[in-house]
Amino acid sequence: MQSATATPNDEVLTSADGTPLQVALARATRKAKWRAFWLVAPLLLFIIITFAIPIAQMLYRSVHNTAFSENMPAVGEYLRNNDITDVPGEAAFAALVSDLITARENKTIGSVATRMNYEFPGARSQFTGSARKAKRLEPPFKEALIAIDKDWNSKHLWNVMKRASNPIGGSFYLAAVDMRYDENGNAVRVDAKKRIYVPLFVRTLWLSALISTLCFILAFPVAHLLATLPLRYSNLLMIFVLLPFWTSLLVRTTAWIALLQGQGVLNDVLVGVNILDDENRVQLMYNQAGTIIAMTHILLPFMILPLYSVMKSIPPTYVRAARSLGASSWTAFWKVYFPQTIPGIGAGVLLVFILSIGFYITPALVGGSSGQLISNEIARHMLQSLNWSLAAALGGILLFIIIVLYWLFDKLIGVDNMKLG
Amino acid sequence: MKVKLLLTSTAVSAAMFASAAANAGELTIMSWGGAYTISQTEAYYKPWMAATGHKINSVDSDNPAAPIKAQVEAGNVSIDIADIEYSDAIRYCDEGLLEEIDSSTLPAAPDGTPAQDDFIEGAITDCAVANIVWSTVFAYDSSKFSGDKPSSLADFFDTEKFPGKRGLRKGPKANMEMALIADGVAPDDVYATLETDEGVQQALDKMASIKDDVIWWEAGAQPPQLLADGEVVMTTAYNGRIFGAAVGEGKPFEIVWDGQILDFDLYAIPKGAPNKELAMEFIKFATGTEPLAAQASWISYGPARASSAALVGKYKDGKTDMAPHMPTAPENMKTALVNNFEFWADRQDELNEQFSAWLLAN
Amino acid sequence: MAKLPAYTTFGERVWHYTYLFICGCIFLFLVAPILLVIPLSFNAEPYFTFTKEMLSFDPAGYSLRWYDRILTHGMANPEIERGAAWWKDTWENGQWLHAAKNSAIIGISATLLATVLGTIAAMGLSRPEMPFRRVIMGLLISPMIVPLIITATGLFFFYSKTGLAHTYIGVIMAHATLGIPFVIITVTATMVGFDHSLSRAALNLGASPITVFREITLPLILPGVISGALFAFVTSFDEVVVVLFVAAFDQQTIPRQMWNGIREQISPTILAVATILVIFSILLLTTVELLRRRSERLRGISPA
Repeated sequence: MQSATATPNDEVLTSADGTPLQVALARATRKAKWRAFWLVAPLLLFIIITFAIPIAQMLYRSVHNTAFSENMPAVGEYLRNNDITDVPGEAAFAALVSDLITARENKTIGSVATRMNYEFPGARSQFTGSARKAKRLEPPFKEALIAIDKDWNSKHLWNVMKRASNPIGGSFYLAAVDMRYDENGNAVRVDAKKRIYVPLFVRTLWLSALISTLCFILAFPVAHLLATLPLRYSNLLMIFVLLPFWTSLLVRTTAWIALLQGQGVLNDVLVGVNILDDENRVQLMYNQAGTIIAMTHILLPFMILPLYSVMKSIPPTYVRAARSLGASSWTAFWKVYFPQTIPGIGAGVLLVFILSIGFYITPALVGGSSGQLISNEIARHMLQSLNWSLAAALGGILLFIIIVLYWLFDKLIGVDNMKLG
Repeated sequence: MKVKLLLTSTAVSAAMFASAAANAGELTIMSWGGAYTISQTEAYYKPWMAATGHKINSVDSDNPAAPIKAQVEAGNVSIDIADIEYSDAIRYCDEGLLEEIDSSTLPAAPDGTPAQDDFIEGAITDCAVANIVWSTVFAYDSSKFSGDKPSSLADFFDTEKFPGKRGLRKGPKANMEMALIADGVAPDDVYATLETDEGVQQALDKMASIKDDVIWWEAGAQPPQLLADGEVVMTTAYNGRIFGAAVGEGKPFEIVWDGQILDFDLYAIPKGAPNKELAMEFIKFATGTEPLAAQASWISYGPARASSAALVGKYKDGKTDMAPHMPTAPENMKTALVNNFEFWADRQDELNEQFSAWLLAN
Repeated sequence: MAKLPAYTTFGERVWHYTYLFICGCIFLFLVAPILLVIPLSFNAEPYFTFTKEMLSFDPAGYSLRWYDRILTHGMANPEIERGAAWWKDTWENGQWLHAAKNSAIIGISATLLATVLGTIAAMGLSRPEMPFRRVIMGLLISPMIVPLIITATGLFFFYSKTGLAHTYIGVIMAHATLGIPFVIITVTATMVGFDHSLSRAALNLGASPITVFREITLPLILPGVISGALFAFVTSFDEVVVVLFVAAFDQQTIPRQMWNGIREQISPTILAVATILVIFSILLLTTVELLRRRSERLRGISPA
């Protein structure tokens, strides 16, 4: 590569000011690249601040919890420097007692106790109770504390404390996949009846798959009709698809509450035409059925629109050609028409699936307890139980699933091919 | 650099927004919504606003305890006063989540009795002042039962004898006690039983026996709504809500007082509340003898002051005597259980987790 | 309806009409729930279903009381005579009006922010020389894909630390973020058909880049920008999860108030609000449709 200042010779094409064309071109391209980039930069910065950083911080919380390490400094120090092979001796207990006293004075014992209770059920009352009495304890502290609560003599508890003395750790992710550390520090699955998060993830994925399938079944004929009708009819019918698309999610959920209630419109109609008697109204809400029906309705336009835009681009002549070559209407549809709709099906199914995995509002309002999805559990930990690290860990897993699906969507369809309305 | 600049400038304007609100003399009070908030609005908020010229923003929550804890821990408190249950008041005070309240500054009774003596025992804590005594009861829609009517907690848990959906609050509190009483545990032994793992399991098992028929409610306004809509035939509820629907709106709802569980609701100021002083002024006003008595004419909850109890008269309709509808009325108290706040302050987190796991597991 | 070709067999005819019937049912499923809300909101009784009076079209079965309740809810003295004082009271204290004002402030500000940033970025993104186009596009669209609960949780912590929690600016920034993907998608879609030689010609003739944008580019992509802005507005206008997590009383919006209403007191007031919102969305839908057709006409993709 020649430098720009080199004397031009005959073999190199140059621009007007004498720079070799290759260099000038490279410079122009670079400039154009930067110009394009600077247009995008403000938005990119905005999204990084209001979206990427907050989410990254939240994810950090799932592996970072200082409730124990910060508020129990003395025993934390001991635990970081010593291995726990058995219940430790007096030194550790003395440190523990002094920490319990300060934590009670600083009113931080509650957060310590709550943190311990996540991994050692019963620790909450043990910590707060012992802290209340700690001030009056006399050495030897080991015996004194064990006299208050025999769990202080548990190697398992000391292992839990050892892990918590390091603010960084994966125990919340373990909890989020229904596992825990046993008394020897090995990761094991929790008792069968306490496994809730994995089944909930499975339920979320399964209901999302079901809803996507239902949406597909309902969307296909409608999209086909819209794509094949003359434009003045299809434009009119399109309103039926776009109206729900533009209507507030809460309005649609409210509408379904009015329809599905025990004394709601649907049950009234069924009783009115004597399909049901008044005593045996069906329960369509506050259970999975409510979640499925309402979500299918809400997400259906997201399936119809991509299908429609793909079907619109399929020339009707192909099917006609197949028919004239002797194919039955079924063969013409199945062998010629259907394969061409697959990109639309892929886009629609993936989009609906991705959106339904993250649903929160609708299941919360019409889902009862069997119709709750993983988002509802994250919200519960955020707003009620306030186990924020676990909420973040569950959110991290959910986000991972979404990113994989999103990546798949981008590979198969391309995010820039997404269309709205 | 730019990031920082943007953040500081937005933080500055955020602070400006916040201080503007403070100068206007506004309080944000979080309570339980529905009929209960209406009673507080009528008995406390409106007279106070009229007397002082300040403004009160009323915010509803299913249980104000959770949001204020979240706000204090996250360090962005927007609530000045929250109306919370006894066990939460005790526990939050211990955990430093609430401002302390000096009970000697509370107004004395009209006859001069100091506040500390005028309030019912236990109604004033280091960080909170009680306004009412309320209870969790169960109620049924009498139009749904032609023959026998449910009369005990055992009936509530018996879907063979009384078929139909049940409403239960989504949480362990009160449900576990009721389940044990229905299972034959004597009210006096309930908390001792719940201290043990077997006791907790017994309570969960009892609830499991009707789990398929339960619709879980969260907001206090939901149970009367569920009854009115026919979604359930009986439901646990806060007694004042059922009273409001039955007497206020003429719904055919009956309260069963067997095994009612009594509790206090208290006013507390979250640590770092934006308008702490004003909040304290409001609490002094609201927990005075007359506002407490006035509230009882809007909803059937007992005032937390002895001097107010004497003033309780008729419901707002002008003809219903409030006394027999109060949870503290002697005939309602026969099998009542007083909520053991120490038990719940210690065990709430653990039992909440166990309950949620139980609820999600099939 | 389209005529069936002459060669269709009897079976195919039967199938064709069955198919039309099925489609009819699906269309019904799509709109019936939304339209049912409208008559129900005029119920004189506090129920969510049609009463006998309503079904027999007895005027006594209908009433405007729930619409009235929208105004009176939260008022200090709803009983006083309806004069200036009453209207002042409802304007200042009515909770639904408070929410409506907030929804408007937040919605409009978030839309402006999202549209300006989004349109500029879309112009960069639609240039063929844009580096890392796919990755950046993926990131910018992701607020639409990432579950709201995750975004809201992240913002809750972030805003608590930065003092943006419980502020209008916080909510506006969050809603702008959620609206941006829609602006990007609609504007880049319009840019696909954009003839770059037009702007090059203008530049050649001595126009400044800003003039080119104002005189050439903007008029052509305007339909896309406006429909993107409408999408962004609707996103903000309909959003409740983020508001639930980062807003205080002062920033209460209509969906937040509805969320409360549905859980606290399911009265037909909610249906009345819903009806107003349905009418609002019909207006929006009409605007977007008209814009889309205008855009197609402008770009010469006229319908057959």
